Amino acid sequence: MSILFIEQLLNGLQLGVMLFLMAAGLTLVFGVMGLINLAHGSLYMIGAFAAAFTAELTGSFLLAILASIVAAAVVGMIMEVLIIRRLYNKDHLSQVLATFALILIFSEGTRMIFGSFPLYLSLPDYLSGSVILPGGIQYAFYRLVLIGVGLVVALGLYLLINRTRLGLQIQAGESDREMIAALGVNISTLYTIVFALGAALAGFSGALVGVLQSVQVGMGEPVLILAFVVIVIGGIGSIKGAFIGAILVGMTDTMGSFLIPDMFVYVFGAGAKFAGTIIASMLIYILMAIILLFKPSGLYGGKS
Amino acid sequence: MNKFTKFLVTTAMISLPMLPVFADELKVGLITTLSGSGAALGIDVRDGFMLAIGQAKNSEISVVIEDDQRKPHIAIQAADKMIQSEKVDVLTGIIFSNLAMAVIPSVIGQGKLYLSPNAGPSALAGKGCHANYFNVSWQNDSLHEAAGSHANSVGYKNSFIIAPNYPAGIDALTGYKRTFEGEIADEITTKLGQADYAGEIAQIRASGADSVYFFLPGGMGISFIKQYADSGIDLPLIGPAFSFDQTILKAVGDAALGVKNTSQWNKDLDTPVNQAFVASFQEKYDRLPSLYASQGFDVANLLISANAKASIDDMASFQAAIKAADFKSVRGNFKFGNNNHPIQDFYIREVVKEGDIYTNKILNKIVTDHVDFYAAQCKM
Repeated sequence: MSILFIEQLLNGLQLGVMLFLMAAGLTLVFGVMGLINLAHGSLYMIGAFAAAFTAELTGSFLLAILASIVAAAVVGMIMEVLIIRRLYNKDHLSQVLATFALILIFSEGTRMIFGSFPLYLSLPDYLSGSVILPGGIQYAFYRLVLIGVGLVVALGLYLLINRTRLGLQIQAGESDREMIAALGVNISTLYTIVFALGAALAGFSGALVGVLQSVQVGMGEPVLILAFVVIVIGGIGSIKGAFIGAILVGMTDTMGSFLIPDMFVYVFGAGAKFAGTIIASMLIYILMAIILLFKPSGLYGGKS
Repeated sequence: MNKFTKFLVTTAMISLPMLPVFADELKVGLITTLSGSGAALGIDVRDGFMLAIGQAKNSEISVVIEDDQRKPHIAIQAADKMIQSEKVDVLTGIIFSNLAMAVIPSVIGQGKLYLSPNAGPSALAGKGCHANYFNVSWQNDSLHEAAGSHANSVGYKNSFIIAPNYPAGIDALTGYKRTFEGEIADEITTKLGQADYAGEIAQIRASGADSVYFFLPGGMGISFIKQYADSGIDLPLIGPAFSFDQTILKAVGDAALGVKNTSQWNKDLDTPVNQAFVASFQEKYDRLPSLYASQGFDVANLLISANAKASIDDMASFQAAIKAADFKSVRGNFKFGNNNHPIQDFYIREVVKEGDIYTNKILNKIVTDHVDFYAAQCKM
């Protein structure tokens, strides 16, 4: 039982760090530009498709991952310059409508290029299989790699925001847009860079997770919803909040669906398992509601 | 008789035998999922259906096609539009049970026929059966019941079973448990559309089961099989054909090789009708047909056979013509039971690689003349 418990903790951590990659871009774009980008899930999908396409063409997994980052960043950049830029001064309703339209355009566009059938993307031999961890826990090697990669990216983002000039400008952009423009920072370049950075992270996570899942049109939207839960919990605009929120959501979701049905059976008898499953699937939203009750702007949301 | 009249009469005599018995054209409305997730299934049903229509000589059938986007309210709108403005006589095409339940009762309530090429919800098979509703695929539980029989025959004693938490998922678990005689190690229902199964796989590893039965259609199955193969667990997997059909095998790759699954059809069923179907489908669409394509093809041929015998204007005789099932099904034996659901055979297939292509081959027949569980509750 304890082996199973630790394995589930690892699963929760792995889900959390992958959610963080999605949520980081979403929260940056909202924090700096004040934009709600529903099409963030499409960038995740674009990353996965670019990776599957490149892997099929070259047979190289590393090139595939690289392609996912580049493709999502380039698409993100083009999107920002052509469309997103016009939305910064609009209200949230217009942003939601426009970026929702982008979801439809990207989904059907991808279908026109790649067809309706899911693409093949799989692990190279050197990443597949399972390893035995101390304590006799058998665990998929690739999931360990995902945890490692996620933590490294989180650290890299932390350093980027807190130790570089670009990070300083991003922070300044979050607190006062007019002021940093007045101080001579090229605000529109900054916006494009931030948007492309968020896009690249989404594409990267799409490729990393796509290896384990089905690379198909519409794969980004379920993740997008979770990423929104994460940034609402963490506080919109806060990278640190996104990280804590992502780990919380990952753990709650995994441990909840593992423990709650059995707990219900233990407390209410065998017939309660089904009810337990239903409660478990609502758990992250319950968590979000409770957190918002005590901290209406999220765990690390400064201003509301 | 002058020359001109003679000419007219001769022409009439020559052309008379070529006229169809019933000059009225049968109008069919095909509502299926052509965009969004699940589109691959709808596209295969449509392509199989249209292939048969194209092959029929002088079938006098015209087809209107609409996309339901896998959304019940869109499907209902499409059905209303087809019945009211397009004046269709027969509807077909819906893939998913929740859409079928939204559309079919209203369609048959308006006196139109509905032929299901895929969904077989239990609510329409038992007490809710209807003279205007024909299921040409299977009742939802059937493939799972066949899987339970297979598990018995290979001697599995303790199964871990898993399906998404929605009506067809619950039907699946019920179907497997109905025929499986061993123990159930644990039973898990997941979120519909779930993409990560690490938690469930950890529970399988700890469960002490000797086999795993799963029903996770479409992308869910792709994710599950890939992750399962990478987890290091070597318990045998069993599933229904839906997780191993031709539309998704390529995306699963090596991870699916060797897995056993149940189906009422496969491309290697050795009948002339089936071999001709597979060859002509490949020629026209440049890919192998899936079981969804085979079901669409059967629905169209059933309609063609009925339309040659009876007119839709005489509903009772048209219903009888459909129920006679006087067509050559690609799956071999096919007839309708009292509840207008198929009585048919089920097979065990294994996923294999032929050259570069992942596909299924039939191992053996597991059930002959299977009658679905709900037929007894139908008062027809």
